[in-house]
Amino acid sequence: MSTQAPNTTGQPIAFVSAQALRARMHDAVNDPHLRQSFRGAMDFLMAKRAAQFPDEGELDSLRSLSESIRQYSLSKLPDLLEQLEANLIRNGVHVHWAETPDEANAIMLGIARRHQAKLVVKGKSMVSEEIEFNHAMEAAGVGALESDMGEYIVQLAGEKPSHIIMPAIHQTKQQIAKLFAEHIPGVDYTDNVDALIQIGRRVLREKFEIADIGLSGVNFAVAETGTLCLVENEGNGRMCTTVPKVHIAITGIEKVVEKLEHVAPLFSILTRSATGQAVSTYFNMISGPRRGGDRDGPEEVHLVLLDNGRSQAYADEQLRKTLQCIRCGACMNHCPVYTRIGGHAYGTTYPGPIGKIVSPHMMGLEQTHLLPTASSLCGACGEVCPVKIPIPELLIRLRGEAQSAPHANPAMVGQGAGYDAKVSLLWKLWARLYARPATYRAFTWLATRFRFLTPKQQSGWTAARTPLKPAPRRLRDMVKDRR
Amino acid sequence: MSSHAPGTPARTYPPRPEAVYFYGTCLVDTFVPEAGMDAIALLEREGIRVIFPDNQTCCGQPAFTSGFPDEARQVVESQLGLFPGDYPIVVPSGSCGGMIRWHWEKVVGNDPALKARAAAIAARTFEFAEFLLHVVGFSRKDEGPATTVTLHTSCSARREMGTHLVGRELLARLGNVTLAHHDHESECCGFGGTFSLKHPDVSTAMVSDKVAALKATGASQLVTADCGCMLNITQRAAREDQDAGRSKPSLPGEHLATFLLRRTGGKQA
Repeated sequence: MSTQAPNTTGQPIAFVSAQALRARMHDAVNDPHLRQSFRGAMDFLMAKRAAQFPDEGELDSLRSLSESIRQYSLSKLPDLLEQLEANLIRNGVHVHWAETPDEANAIMLGIARRHQAKLVVKGKSMVSEEIEFNHAMEAAGVGALESDMGEYIVQLAGEKPSHIIMPAIHQTKQQIAKLFAEHIPGVDYTDNVDALIQIGRRVLREKFEIADIGLSGVNFAVAETGTLCLVENEGNGRMCTTVPKVHIAITGIEKVVEKLEHVAPLFSILTRSATGQAVSTYFNMISGPRRGGDRDGPEEVHLVLLDNGRSQAYADEQLRKTLQCIRCGACMNHCPVYTRIGGHAYGTTYPGPIGKIVSPHMMGLEQTHLLPTASSLCGACGEVCPVKIPIPELLIRLRGEAQSAPHANPAMVGQGAGYDAKVSLLWKLWARLYARPATYRAFTWLATRFRFLTPKQQSGWTAARTPLKPAPRRLRDMVKDRR
Repeated sequence: MSSHAPGTPARTYPPRPEAVYFYGTCLVDTFVPEAGMDAIALLEREGIRVIFPDNQTCCGQPAFTSGFPDEARQVVESQLGLFPGDYPIVVPSGSCGGMIRWHWEKVVGNDPALKARAAAIAARTFEFAEFLLHVVGFSRKDEGPATTVTLHTSCSARREMGTHLVGRELLARLGNVTLAHHDHESECCGFGGTFSLKHPDVSTAMVSDKVAALKATGASQLVTADCGCMLNITQRAAREDQDAGRSKPSLPGEHLATFLLRRTGGKQA
């Protein structure tokens, strides 16, 4: 594993300027349709999850167990990756290492070219979104078709996923009906959900037969056995990994666990946290290409292991906790900010609380320094995280990394990108005032005695509230005078 | 802010002490002093001596959560000497209480002496409402007329101090008070300190939803044990009243201490 900083000077994956983020957030909160649909969907998902964990004690022990499995795996990550590679090779899987999105795309394009592939059919993979795989393939003349229903809808609409588990959650059935009627030859408008699903399945079924390559993500890679585990509900993941002659799996380097027995608790808490399912409809375990006598399966299997900033997070004890994530999406489902702005407003592949703590490593703080500030630190994300990532604590850390004056040997690319000399000075003054009780007393005495001078415009506060005004007398004055 | 882990053993509460330190918080000191006075009155009425260290300023949370740990550390270090006796420290705010209880030790850096002091303070720091319920055993006759109120619990009280049921229990001890639960009760009111200044769009959306949910209960008023949330919610409601030309506040709010004292015949600040 490389310890070099991620390449943030190359082609930007998405640009999240502070101004653009604010504008998107503004538009999103003022879109009643978006607000209503996300609120409804998140309420549904929260209720489904809650129903899976009736016993708080059991939930907490499962979370603690899952946290320790992830922390144990990360503590041995370099060794486990080597072990995984060796066992995969032994199983007949080709293993590739990619430091950047460009490298990952080049590797996969090389495979596609070698097979003269015209079409790649894809199972759901957030890492493929992270590297903008579809664009890279299309630019090189190779088709890339999403086969997860949500991803397929998002692809037809020319959008990015707005949720990591439910990519098209922002689309209404009427919008989907319109998309299908416009983009699929011979399809008339219908907003009957069952009919829409059947239409989608029919289109995709034909593509599985002609696709040259199937692409998938990986939920857990087991080092000891060289097994790639894939969690899915639609069966398209199984199709992608068994029907085409070539299967390429892509995943981040953090997804490895040591033993097969480590998968069971993580799998259980993943589906329960994500969609409120006791178990997913499909659970695939891929251990290599078709062997002699096998009636199906690909002839060639590849695994691409992507860094893209993960080793930067890994190098820091606190930031490493970011990599415990198993991508369940519970943090976004429970986030009051995500619920109000939806996934697209973030402008990153991964939205919501996890997006705020992982994107800075992938994209650098230059582009993402405002993201960690877009949180009230309410703690709902940390409370539901199945692997106990202290998301609020990491948000605070990232705020510090972004706003401190640039210094040598930073822990992160883009450290200091949000540095503002004026803001820093204000906090210095604040500290001087509040760390000196006599000065503080003088200041609050003035603020209360001259309360009529309190400004009526108070930045963001008075955007929607009546102004704050100091009381006529302070608590300390009243305490002195009591009785 | 590390979340309070549900399932961790319930906190052990000390026996009722002879005296307590009262850490009023900067917000209460300057903006809602009556909440502090009423909390003090409730404690003194129970025969507990209340010590108000005059050098108290702020718990350091604004700088800490904004990503200025050095500035937070300076302020925290100025507060470490305020509590020389081993009396409990009572804080009329879940969020400042959470800061002292979980973050002071981290903020002070690596000096073992400072860390030990911060840890000792954290161990005897209590949120006011939990102290009143679990240590004082508050039980007074409700002398007020029948009324329905709604309760907002701050995220810090809920997730850091684990005291989200305390407010309910205290209100349940008032015979003539009905508590009306609101929709999305566990959701943040959108204050978040500097968040409300930095991201007014989202903060406004959150507080407007909270105001609507609280009003939808039909309750006559809001009760909360955190003044940050209280100012956020009531001043949003006041602004809505202003914009709609209403002269009577549609959602008045009180700190839990003020409400409890008023209902049980105590003398108001």
